Amino acid sequence: MILDSKAPTGPIERAWDQSRFDVKLVNPANKRKHSIIVVGSGLAGASASATLGELGYKVQCFCFQDSPRRAHSIAAQGGINAAKNYQNDGDSIYRLFYDTVKGGDFRAREANVYRLAQISVSIIDQCVAQGVPFAREYGGTLTNRSFGGAQVSRTFYARGQTGQQLLLGAYQALERQIHAGTVTMHPRTEMLDLIVIDGKARGIVTRHLVTGTITTHFADAVILGTGGYGNVYYLSTNAKGSNVTSIWRAHKRGALFANPCYTQIHPTCIPVSGDYQSKLTLMSESLRNDGRIWVPLKKGDKRSPDQIPEGERDYYLERRYPSFGNLVPRDVASRNAKAVCDEGRGVGETGLGVYLDFTDAIRRLGEKTIRDRYDNLFDMYQRITDENPYKVPMRIYPAIHYTMGGLWVDYNLQSTIPGLFVIGEANFSDHGANRLGASALMQGLSDGYFVVPYTVGNYLATNKFPTVLETAPEVREAVACVKKTIELLLSIKGKRTVDSFHRELGKIVWDYCGMSRTAEGLQSAIGKIRTLQEEYWKNVNVPGSGEDLNQSLEKAGRVADFFELAELMCIDALDRNESCGGHFREEYQTPEGEAQRDDENYSYVAAWDYRGPGNPPTLTKEPLEFHYVHPSQRSYK
Amino acid sequence: MKVTLKIWRQKNRKEAGKFVSYPVDVENVEMSMLECIDVLNETLIEKGEEPVAFEHDCREGICGSCGFMINGVAHGPQPATTVCQLTMRHFKDGEELILEPWRAAAFPMIKDLIVDRRSFDRIIASGGYISISTGNAVDGNTHLIGKETADRAMDAAACIGCGACVAACPNASSALFTGAKIAHLGILPQGKPERDRRALGMVGQMNAEAFGSCTNIGECTGVCPKEIKLEVIAVMNRDYLRASIRRRDDLGTTISPFAEWSTGAKFDSATAKE
Repeated sequence: MILDSKAPTGPIERAWDQSRFDVKLVNPANKRKHSIIVVGSGLAGASASATLGELGYKVQCFCFQDSPRRAHSIAAQGGINAAKNYQNDGDSIYRLFYDTVKGGDFRAREANVYRLAQISVSIIDQCVAQGVPFAREYGGTLTNRSFGGAQVSRTFYARGQTGQQLLLGAYQALERQIHAGTVTMHPRTEMLDLIVIDGKARGIVTRHLVTGTITTHFADAVILGTGGYGNVYYLSTNAKGSNVTSIWRAHKRGALFANPCYTQIHPTCIPVSGDYQSKLTLMSESLRNDGRIWVPLKKGDKRSPDQIPEGERDYYLERRYPSFGNLVPRDVASRNAKAVCDEGRGVGETGLGVYLDFTDAIRRLGEKTIRDRYDNLFDMYQRITDENPYKVPMRIYPAIHYTMGGLWVDYNLQSTIPGLFVIGEANFSDHGANRLGASALMQGLSDGYFVVPYTVGNYLATNKFPTVLETAPEVREAVACVKKTIELLLSIKGKRTVDSFHRELGKIVWDYCGMSRTAEGLQSAIGKIRTLQEEYWKNVNVPGSGEDLNQSLEKAGRVADFFELAELMCIDALDRNESCGGHFREEYQTPEGEAQRDDENYSYVAAWDYRGPGNPPTLTKEPLEFHYVHPSQRSYK
Repeated sequence: MKVTLKIWRQKNRKEAGKFVSYPVDVENVEMSMLECIDVLNETLIEKGEEPVAFEHDCREGICGSCGFMINGVAHGPQPATTVCQLTMRHFKDGEELILEPWRAAAFPMIKDLIVDRRSFDRIIASGGYISISTGNAVDGNTHLIGKETADRAMDAAACIGCGACVAACPNASSALFTGAKIAHLGILPQGKPERDRRALGMVGQMNAEAFGSCTNIGECTGVCPKEIKLEVIAVMNRDYLRASIRRRDDLGTTISPFAEWSTGAKFDSATAKE
């Protein structure tokens, strides 16, 4: 298979304008004749549903939560980037583009990233118009903060609840369309399979989570905005319900899965406290603006932080990266935290933690300013740890947070199945091997508000859509396949709970395909995953029936998919004999311990094709070309 | 430490529910209330029993999925804290905790601790937005919004839609939830053009659902995990009153909707819209 990225040629500044001009349009009167399915109601899904509804298409939107407002975009704290240059500090579309390509360690597609930087400006305007209460200066203008991986202040925020406010903006736009009758909402409905007819995505099979009813829904195009797969690690900052099922089942129907091994470990999370722990809590990266990260100089120093004098502390990020200091990108900050903890200099009971200290900032700016900036984050920290971060330094440790990999899409956000579009975190497109802070919200909204409404229109205008019948063999087969999996899971009635398997799987993936990886480790992980997976299908215990609300059954299906994904992640990580961004192979590092890329051999997107159970996936490469930002060793020193 | 969880178990809306007591070993007081139920559920599944169904997702207090009564208090004893962030250190060894779902006619029962809160979505759909389609926006700095105004809007916008306010209210009123959205959008210049429509539409829908009326008791703000202030209800009432006077001619009704509302009569929300 040859992957055509469909990235426009010619000057990159004009590429998106040109492709918007080139798209075929759907006549306004014909729009209501086209139906579109959107799965997921986060920033990407809700903004796409609302915009497509506004345009006049017949939209059906699905989410597994009780309301579209619950999607996990809501939990994003820090902010959203935009190249507004309101601060007059030298920002520009080109600089945001440059920072993002470099931050992604030269593993993203240039044309997509440039478009993202261009659109970033419109996103802020759109959100302000919707009533998103971004932080303002006394004079009434929008204010900014800085974020990791950038030397300009371009991050817009609404206290520590930026994701919530942006999502509520998109949710309200969506509810407006629901009221207007252009969008039909299906909450508590999970997509369990994709219906492909004559090579085109024509619908989905869903299970209603309260009644257990299996239903088919047909449309002219299907858009997946179902988020990332970080929960493969069990412990992550993702919501408990976040899962890979929609994109994984689309993958099994023929959509290629790109760069599954690119996962992001966020450097500032509250450390794990015990085995019962169900999830990890993120502390916004924006805290690194004012907090200083340090560990004791000596190994095993058990003194309380206020007893350790200045001279016996190691502000290791400031020491190693003087120009970016505490604001190095996430992958660099995380790896360094792991390194100092591996040396035995970690803090807290488990030794897996570093200090994030606000003493200097409070002394310099006063407690009130710090309270204004981070109040809800400090409260949250205190609520969870029972320690007051205004007095005692926070303890933080890296945790899985975001997945850059996802379904492969071309410039039009269309997957390798025609008519199947993938937006937001669910696709692989814009962040390369490492995502910069405050860029996920930007990408989700860019895809949903401004990109996919155009590109789906082009697809609809240039294809014919014969009516799909419930009796079509492809439809029957998909429904049968869904029912069979559910029956199988319910019939095993073994001894172990779904969660116990999930926790064990997560530990394997974290240990061998987490912050640092080796060929040997990855090979052994594949063996361990397969052994555990075999046990899963013999010994899992899913109580209850499929005919009512059954949360164990929901989890069981998702974990079954995580097993298959985990293996693919390891295969991909094993194939990539280099270190780049979030993918750090211990064998490939510079003498200073930084990631060592191999542009000659690995400057490609690795897209994997599913070949049926038991068969190894096949790899197709999309070569990456850099005409504007020339790959160099990333340096934040 | 050990606690006893006395939990409301109900298979579905049709079957009767009852309390069932479960002793739980809390190995670490850092554990959250939800993690405590996770531990209980693991043992129930191992014994072949059905686990306790409860709603949850982000587990960091922002998605608004979780919530139930603990000893009669929505989200339990800790102020400004959802049950997912409520750690067990706030309880005593040997304590009995009574967990029951939100009880309100507008939140029909689904299973165990889960209720149906779609009435909240319908209130938002009836006007809880600014009508601006994608692509229409002017530059974000065109509207100058002073910091104090932006902060007040943000205070109201912080609502997570969990439903605790309704569960805590003796009248099961959703005035705090509805008022928060009306206040958030009405405070901002972008939201001003639709203030009348919004108030009429949202309050109309609120009355069409099975929510009770607000009698200014204030339980709602007391349990609100985001500490939404009671004054948003005053903003709602003011906007609603003003809108029903200004728009009395096009409402097509002889009694003002405000009079209907204050006397508890049914107000037809359909007539509140153009």
